[in-house]
Amino acid sequence: MNEVVISTTNLTRKFGDFTAVNNITFNVKKGEVFGFLGANGAGKTTAMKMLTGLLTPTSGNALVAGYDVYSGTEQIKKNIGYMSQKFSLYDDLTVEENIRFYGGIYGINKKELNQKIGEVIESVGLQSVRKKPVQSLPLGWKQKLAFSISILHRPKIVFLDEPTGGVDPITRREFWEKIYEISDQGITVFVTTHYMDEAEYCDRVSIMVDGRIEALNSPEELKKSYSSRSIEEIFIKLARSASRGQG
Amino acid sequence: MNTFKGFVIKEFKQIYRDKRTLVVLFGMPVIMMILFGFAIRNEINDAQIGILDFSKDQVTRSVIQKLSNSESFKVTAYLSGYDEVEEIFRAGEIKEIVVFEQQFEKKLTTGGIANIQIITDATDPNLANLVQAYTSNIVRDYVNELNAESGFVTNQAGLQPEIRMMYNPELRSVNLFVPGLIAVILMLVSALMTSISITREKEMGNMEILLVSPLKPHHIIIGKVLPYMVLSIVNVFTILVLAEFIFNVPFKGSYLLFFFEAGLFILAALALGVFISSVANNQQTAMMVSLAGLLLPTVLLSGFIFPVASMPMPLQWLSHIIPAKWFLIIVRGIMLKGSDLILMWKETLILALMTLGFIGMSLKKFKVRLQ
Amino acid sequence: MKIIGYLLEKEFIQIFRNKAMLPIIFVMPIVQLLVLSFAATYELKEVDFALVDMDQSSLSRELTAKFQSTGYFNLTEVIFDEKQAQKMMNAGDISMIMYLPSGLETDFSSGKPASIQLSIDAVDGTQAGLIQSYSTSIINDYNQDKFANLQIDVWPPVVNKAKSINIIPQNWYNPDLDYLTFMVPGILVVLVSMIGLFLSGMNIVREQEIGTIEQLNVTPIRKSHFMIGKLVPFWIIGMFDLIIGLALARYGFNIPFLGSLTIILIVAGIYLVVVQALGLLISTITNTQQQAMFIAWFLAVIFILLGGLFTPIESMPAWSQQITLANPVAYFIKIMRMVLLKGAGWKEIQMMVAALSGMGILLMMVSINRYKKTTG
Repeated sequence: MNEVVISTTNLTRKFGDFTAVNNITFNVKKGEVFGFLGANGAGKTTAMKMLTGLLTPTSGNALVAGYDVYSGTEQIKKNIGYMSQKFSLYDDLTVEENIRFYGGIYGINKKELNQKIGEVIESVGLQSVRKKPVQSLPLGWKQKLAFSISILHRPKIVFLDEPTGGVDPITRREFWEKIYEISDQGITVFVTTHYMDEAEYCDRVSIMVDGRIEALNSPEELKKSYSSRSIEEIFIKLARSASRGQG
Repeated sequence: MNTFKGFVIKEFKQIYRDKRTLVVLFGMPVIMMILFGFAIRNEINDAQIGILDFSKDQVTRSVIQKLSNSESFKVTAYLSGYDEVEEIFRAGEIKEIVVFEQQFEKKLTTGGIANIQIITDATDPNLANLVQAYTSNIVRDYVNELNAESGFVTNQAGLQPEIRMMYNPELRSVNLFVPGLIAVILMLVSALMTSISITREKEMGNMEILLVSPLKPHHIIIGKVLPYMVLSIVNVFTILVLAEFIFNVPFKGSYLLFFFEAGLFILAALALGVFISSVANNQQTAMMVSLAGLLLPTVLLSGFIFPVASMPMPLQWLSHIIPAKWFLIIVRGIMLKGSDLILMWKETLILALMTLGFIGMSLKKFKVRLQ
Repeated sequence: MKIIGYLLEKEFIQIFRNKAMLPIIFVMPIVQLLVLSFAATYELKEVDFALVDMDQSSLSRELTAKFQSTGYFNLTEVIFDEKQAQKMMNAGDISMIMYLPSGLETDFSSGKPASIQLSIDAVDGTQAGLIQSYSTSIINDYNQDKFANLQIDVWPPVVNKAKSINIIPQNWYNPDLDYLTFMVPGILVVLVSMIGLFLSGMNIVREQEIGTIEQLNVTPIRKSHFMIGKLVPFWIIGMFDLIIGLALARYGFNIPFLGSLTIILIVAGIYLVVVQALGLLISTITNTQQQAMFIAWFLAVIFILLGGLFTPIESMPAWSQQITLANPVAYFIKIMRMVLLKGAGWKEIQMMVAALSGMGILLMMVSINRYKKTTG
């Protein structure tokens, strides 16, 4: 399975004079867990927004799930899942209602939907709160629910934007187990994070500094080429030379 | 003290940076003044009327001429029969038909009396009254001129009322509205804006941060409230300046007293804003409650446009608890009648008590909510 | 299509679950209708007046009694010091001072003009005007009564030859000059406008502020679907409120319903779209709910004031009447009144309906266009 599901060539995004993403070029293969690392302000979120069709690039090319990010955003959206930093579930809707809504939006038919609702609630362990508004759930549960919803429609690729922010280590582990699960099933996972240890879990990692990709390889290879014991060290080395963000 | 100062400065900055809201906050009083000064009136301007003249003689022509010469009316239709009236009214443009009976001139010169029928479209009773009154005045003027020419003394025997219109001899609507406008703007800025601002912090989650800081709850409230107090005072100044210099609204009383009373009212409004913010969880709720519970009653029940005395009793009682009602009596007293504190002591006392009451209520509620 | 169904489902769940908003959407318009209808009147109910009677004659007594017997005038003070009376008026305790000079009855009985002074608090010009005309007609009445009783040869014959024009008023559609009949249709318009203007656009800004809009933007939902999902629920609620308001008007206030209800509902549907489009437009130029609310409120006030609800459009200067041509509120109020109170039909209102429809289409197009651009 070496099919390429995401490919970019000199992808750039400017906001006025400010270049948030500067000529990035990379590929992601099917089933990969691809990590996107970088300090705050390095351009990760902007890059992801371009790939998910939320922002139009200023220049450069990109294909996501075989569709062009300039002309094929509608198709892209049908084939991807997304989980944002704010875990955007509707606070005033119950667990069930949220699953139902998003499932319906992605065109899952009624019968299948009911089945899926049951599945998700089972797998995340939300039986006791299925009819409670999401607002009342602890953060970890919300995050797991948001993740489940993002893959409900079996997308080809799922984009996770800082999915483990503010969550305890045990929940983080559980989360990553789920990520491996779906990766084994052939779903590509594109994840941004600034937790350096999570970088170790990815198949390949790219490190962004000041809008450019300064490093891109598997964690082992990176540690070899930079003679470092951890991704964190590599990151600090690279980020020291950064001119923006909190590197 | 430094923490507090820092907090207040941050508040001012936030408001200052929100350009859109700022435009509305400063522009609103100006636009409202223009509207109330020029457009919102109970006078008549170029109202369209129709004529049904069964006589068509010299006299009727003169009367019609007089009507159309006046600024109040524009003759836009000449009917030929009663059957046309319904259609004309239904079309909606013409508000009055003036009907002259047959042989009008003859009846007037030989018999001394002739009849004019004024048919008004009374769907708007206020307009109908106005239009009728203006028409009657013009006709009466005509009769007086006619009689004066023939040398008749028009003062009949009997009781003659001599009318003196006090405080507002030209019956200008703008004099009535300006004090009310001040109250409405103050309510808007001091109560509505304050409640939304505090609720916003709650909604965005910043309130907790504030509460764990060295700032005491009353510091937080004062800090939140201060910018809007300043804004309110600026708005009051703007309205007064516009009123006095552009619209010639009189200010017969004491400025000192005026600003004291305005201060009381501002405090009352601010307290109400804080109170609402402590019972509302998000901005939308705060806004709707402020609008429905404060602004609307202020506009409708305070005597701003509609006289309180004309309302049914239950509403009159309700108006007693609306601070704007008392404020209006006071401001109208000061501005238009030149009243001093001695005359306005009752209303001032009520307003002061209300203000203290609201402040107490809101402080208590705010503290309790935090627990 | 099914997607819109899910969107609508979610919106309705959210609306009905919002305990604070529910009363506001359903109860407040009704309360507003009731309060506003009763409060918004210029009718003269009672005038407190002071009597400064220097004549102390039977005429004074008769005249005062006559004023009081009308039910409009209420004698609250009898004093002899004019300055004192003035102070009372300054304090707002009385609205009129009736000053009867000494020698009044003597002058009156001998046929000489006998003048009495009425000082009226004219802060409220409309009220003062009404007080004046009521007082004048009471006095004229008194004169007529007295003349009839006295002999004709007391009066100098020259009086009979002065000309006078008799004015006979006739009020159509509302012979009792009942304010409720006039105000209620207009108030219904205001109700509907508030809901249309504030709720849908505000909701969109809310999702933007909270962040859920991003989650929706990544899905295959088209922008148009999203907007329909936002507008339709509030359109339905607006129409629902209007129908309840109309029912109240008909059966509670006994407002005549001369024209066709169908016409009203169709026009209302169009009007709601116009107002919602306006709310939508506002939401595309603001970032926060606070801004959106404020601007919407600002526009609402201007439109309503200029819409002819509280003061007639005919009272406005020419430039202001021109502005009315672009004011959807003014159109709808006029249509409401014409259809309900005068029985007007399509023929009379078609120009206005066309104007409203045009406004609606234009505003929708502009807002949709803006909306697509600003959300990436």
